[in-house]
Amino acid sequence: MYRYDSYDQAIVDARVEEFRDQTQRRLTGALTEDQFKPLRLMNGLYLQLHAYMLRVAIPYGTLSGKQMRKLGEIAGKYDKGYGHFTTRQNLQYNWIKLADAPDILAELATVEMHAIQTSGNCIRNISSDQYAGVSADEVADPRPWAELLRQWSSFHPEFTYLPRKFKICVIASDDDRAAMRLHDIGLKLVERDGVVGAEVYAGGGMGRTPMVAPLIRDFVAEDEIISYLEACLRVYNRYGRRDNKYKARIKILVHEIGVEEYKRQVEDEFAHMRELGLNPPVEELARIRAFFAAPAYESGLSDEIDRSNRAFALWVDRQVAAHKAPGYAIVNISLKPIDGIPGDASAEQIGLVADLAEAYSFDELRVTHAQNLVLPHVKKADLFAVWQKLVAAGLAEANLDLITDIIACPGLDYCALANARSIPLAQKIAARFAAAERQAEIGELKLKISGCINACGHHHAGHIGILGVDRRGVENFQLLLGGSGAEDASLGQITGPGFSEDGVVDAIEKVTDIYLAERESGERFLDTYRRIGMKPFKEAIYG
Amino acid sequence: MKILTGNDLASGDVIWWAGDGWSRQVSDAVDVGTHGDDLARAEEAALRVVGAYVIDATLGEDGVRPAHIKDRIRAFGPTVRPDLIEQPTEADIGKWVI
Repeated sequence: MYRYDSYDQAIVDARVEEFRDQTQRRLTGALTEDQFKPLRLMNGLYLQLHAYMLRVAIPYGTLSGKQMRKLGEIAGKYDKGYGHFTTRQNLQYNWIKLADAPDILAELATVEMHAIQTSGNCIRNISSDQYAGVSADEVADPRPWAELLRQWSSFHPEFTYLPRKFKICVIASDDDRAAMRLHDIGLKLVERDGVVGAEVYAGGGMGRTPMVAPLIRDFVAEDEIISYLEACLRVYNRYGRRDNKYKARIKILVHEIGVEEYKRQVEDEFAHMRELGLNPPVEELARIRAFFAAPAYESGLSDEIDRSNRAFALWVDRQVAAHKAPGYAIVNISLKPIDGIPGDASAEQIGLVADLAEAYSFDELRVTHAQNLVLPHVKKADLFAVWQKLVAAGLAEANLDLITDIIACPGLDYCALANARSIPLAQKIAARFAAAERQAEIGELKLKISGCINACGHHHAGHIGILGVDRRGVENFQLLLGGSGAEDASLGQITGPGFSEDGVVDAIEKVTDIYLAERESGERFLDTYRRIGMKPFKEAIYG
Repeated sequence: MKILTGNDLASGDVIWWAGDGWSRQVSDAVDVGTHGDDLARAEEAALRVVGAYVIDATLGEDGVRPAHIKDRIRAFGPTVRPDLIEQPTEADIGKWVI
């Protein structure tokens, strides 16, 4: 994992003291709310439905045990005993007092964490693949690239006031586990003639105008990636619309001027940037990369797993993924218990996962955009012990990528922007499909719920997506089918008129029934939908 | 009726104008008539509230009830965490929100 050097620590510590002073000035009236709001947002502090909400950055979703433990301690000390892991691989506290916020940031700084780049029209926290560094199919570990981009983008003076927020994702596998093409810029590391570089996608995103990012450059070498991204951002910063926030994201610019014209302008700017010598020195890349060296895996370990305990075997089949090192496995920890809140974890659960990371996973864990956690390096011989501890903590649900592994935004229960509640709906759907046999029969089905058009719950990218809307003060839910955030990225299509909360649960059951009746061998729900189209599903839903 | 709500500046708690100060209970909210915006400005200037705004509400047998579900959830707390709600002893409170 990357560790702060003295510059990193000094920057973060100075930021904490600056915000402490700003907060004090707000509490004594020296700053008005209009003056203070942009300052608190730059430190991740929002004012939500019930209280202040603090969004903590988890760069590319990677945490140490110590950092995770601190997150749990803060949840217990300053919040109401829990935190919420988000689709941006971050963590949100829902019940923060303004006066406590500087102390919380100071505590975070002691474990090399902060809340910078979690709000505002800047380059946001960089996201990545939760299997980075441990997946057998990646061409290189994407995290050194993500860290390089984090350092480049933090407090970048030219890109602190962009037309709108800007999200970048880096992956390195053909399997896209991070919704890369639904970011403002997505980088996919590839190898060409023995050299590692990146395919660059630009202009993706969800929200009110969802778009899948088109490829804008087939290859950028690693020593030129900063210059190329500077060029991409410069064109956007110059021409992105500042007159209308709903048309200010880069996806609108790319769409309005066209992919070819955007590419041409970026190439012109890139040619100019190349002359400026802005690329980081190769030694800096090497320095960063050294932090992400593989841990000291033991050799000669067995790949055998004792499957005599049936519940354990079912959990292994669903939650454990292949690791590149013999004798090791990737453990996915579900934060989607049937009667729980997607992405929520108690202070005690957070602390337990920190302990597990330290004891069994080389002191490392990951947060996924699907609001789950990952222990990336667990010996297969330790899986049973890890599972037993997860069972005791209520963290052993075996539902990864199944219909109850639901992404849901906080919705109207917490969010000031929401129009409808996402969480109770997720709970009703999970209850309807709770039987393990039924979930297994349906197989992979990614269901995603957003409580408003801003799409924090990624509903456009759900095999089944749900969008909550406000119909004259009453919650109503639109149903979408056929979206995907994976390597086969696509946007879901609305089935037709919306439903009540109970009505949409019934509609989903009809949709899955049609899938089970129509599917051919080996087809996932998404495959069947793409083969037979919307019509049979609509007929089943609306009669 | 028109009632005034916002968040306590320091704690962030949801608060309701009760006539002579702010209350955590929506049941204490009073009709502010046409004075809501002036009150909001004065109370914000006095550092007692942030983000104050006037909403429609009704006064019935079950007390003061904000007209919009968003404000009823603000009054009640997250509907998915009954352990955190403002009035956990009221059996029918869920119906009050929805």
